[in-house]
Amino acid sequence: MKYLRKNDLIVLALSLVLFAVLQGLISGRVLSSFWQLNLLIIGINIILSASLNLINGYTGQFSLGHAGFMAVGAYVGVVLTTNFHVPFGLALIAGGIAAGCLGFLVGIPTLRLRGDYLAIATLGLGEIIRIVIMNIQYVGGAAGFKGIPHNTTFAWVFFIMLFTLFFIKNFVNSNHGRACLAIRENEIAAESMGVNTTKYKVMAFTIGAAFAGVAGGLFAHCFYIISPSSFTFMQTFNYLIMVVMGGLGSITGSIAGAFVVTFISAALASWPEFRMIIYAIALILLMFYRPQGLFGYMELTNMGIFRRIFKKGGTPHE
Amino acid sequence: MSDMNEILQAENVSEVFGGLKAVSDFNLRLERGELVGLIGPNGAGKTTVFNMLTGVYQPTSGNISFEGESIVGLKPYQVTQRGIARTFQNIRLFSELTVLENVKIAFHYHVKYGLLESVLRIGRYFQEEEAIEEESRKLLKIFHLEDKADEVAKNLPYGAQRRLEIARALAAKPKLLLLDEPAAGMNPQETKELMDMIRWIRHEFGLTILLIEHDMSLVMGICERIYVLEYGEVIAQGTPEEIKSNPEVIRAYLGGE
Repeated sequence: MKYLRKNDLIVLALSLVLFAVLQGLISGRVLSSFWQLNLLIIGINIILSASLNLINGYTGQFSLGHAGFMAVGAYVGVVLTTNFHVPFGLALIAGGIAAGCLGFLVGIPTLRLRGDYLAIATLGLGEIIRIVIMNIQYVGGAAGFKGIPHNTTFAWVFFIMLFTLFFIKNFVNSNHGRACLAIRENEIAAESMGVNTTKYKVMAFTIGAAFAGVAGGLFAHCFYIISPSSFTFMQTFNYLIMVVMGGLGSITGSIAGAFVVTFISAALASWPEFRMIIYAIALILLMFYRPQGLFGYMELTNMGIFRRIFKKGGTPHE
Repeated sequence: MSDMNEILQAENVSEVFGGLKAVSDFNLRLERGELVGLIGPNGAGKTTVFNMLTGVYQPTSGNISFEGESIVGLKPYQVTQRGIARTFQNIRLFSELTVLENVKIAFHYHVKYGLLESVLRIGRYFQEEEAIEEESRKLLKIFHLEDKADEVAKNLPYGAQRRLEIARALAAKPKLLLLDEPAAGMNPQETKELMDMIRWIRHEFGLTILLIEHDMSLVMGICERIYVLEYGEVIAQGTPEEIKSNPEVIRAYLGGE
């Protein structure tokens, strides 16, 4: 098990180098403000796709409520920082906890549903959250919440992203994560092996929702104004595309998916009419030639050349 | 007062699906360390009995007690935690996961570290994970699967998948093991090896075993007692010798006038 610690350290060291390089590019004003913002969005989207992957990819529960949880975290966060001058970090945590609690409360009844039914129920939940927010005048209603401090920096996004990825990786590679994988593979067999399936479905759902809430807080503090229209079903659909494109049940995949999708839509920002076409073609090609996604059920640390650096453990999800 | 040797008792258990009586007034008594067979023609209700014993179905009436306590109303995972593990007639492995992971999952209830310890990798995490890994590999070795530990379960040959199901059930550390047609689809050579294996694990792990099987050579060869089920009712029980010569059983299997 020592090699696991070593792998973690290697990944951590590489991440810090990456952070230094990117931070250098930002501080040195090499990147335009447009790309700086997109760098933040990429990081936030990685958190969102990895947390959605925990629910959809690892636990196999088809949830479509992610934008709703993100909205809860975003609004709780901005109210705390703007109206109550709570420190940014605390506001993010509060947003995460609020979204997690909602995930927990909603998860208990809805996770009894399977497949399509769960997808529809969570889809409805996301819309309900959005419409409720739209009707609360205290947070600006449909016009949006104005005057948000611009607190989100690259360092915040990067380190919270890193924490999220390590959290999910370690969770998946533990007894608790194995229970989730078992539920995805065969719920009846999982139950027969002593796994309390309801408990672990709700647990994965709650954790995923909490991270979506934190990501929502980070997202909101990138802008001066947020409105409920930022958290529509289309947003959830975007994260779902990232997860599916990157590969279900793969953290490397979530990173790759979030990066590719965000990067393409940013690069095509000047040609909005082509954006959706290219998007669609890319997805169709992917489904034809690699239906499991770029990294379906695989991690970079287990592949070819990287095996030399990262000694292989007993778990393919490491 | 139930005596100490008794591990499982089913009393007048019935299961009704709509208008169909799948099992009626089923009685079963298992003593610690016994190896008992449950046989009967297709559709006799054997798997339904297993599903009731493991909490997948709740009996319509009657009582089931395990180690002196009723297990009626418990969820399947709670029944497993009490000490009853099973295999499935139609194999239900975690097919996209590796052979090793399949076995590791079944240790679930016996792992004590919490969520925080697993996420931060502190406390008992490494120690317990190492122990599970070692025990899992030991089990795989018993079932001649040690070379296949890192293979994806769905890629195993059929016979190996059946053995993996038993290995996985044992990882749950049961006191009572229910095997649902463990030899289905195996050739005579594999069946013979399986018989030896079942005998061996019973002694090695101190198990009580109840098995459903169609392969008569296996049932007659290793079971000490046999229950015969037809149309949801027990039509005979006794030693293999008694069962072989029981006219009711012969009629059920071969047909009568």
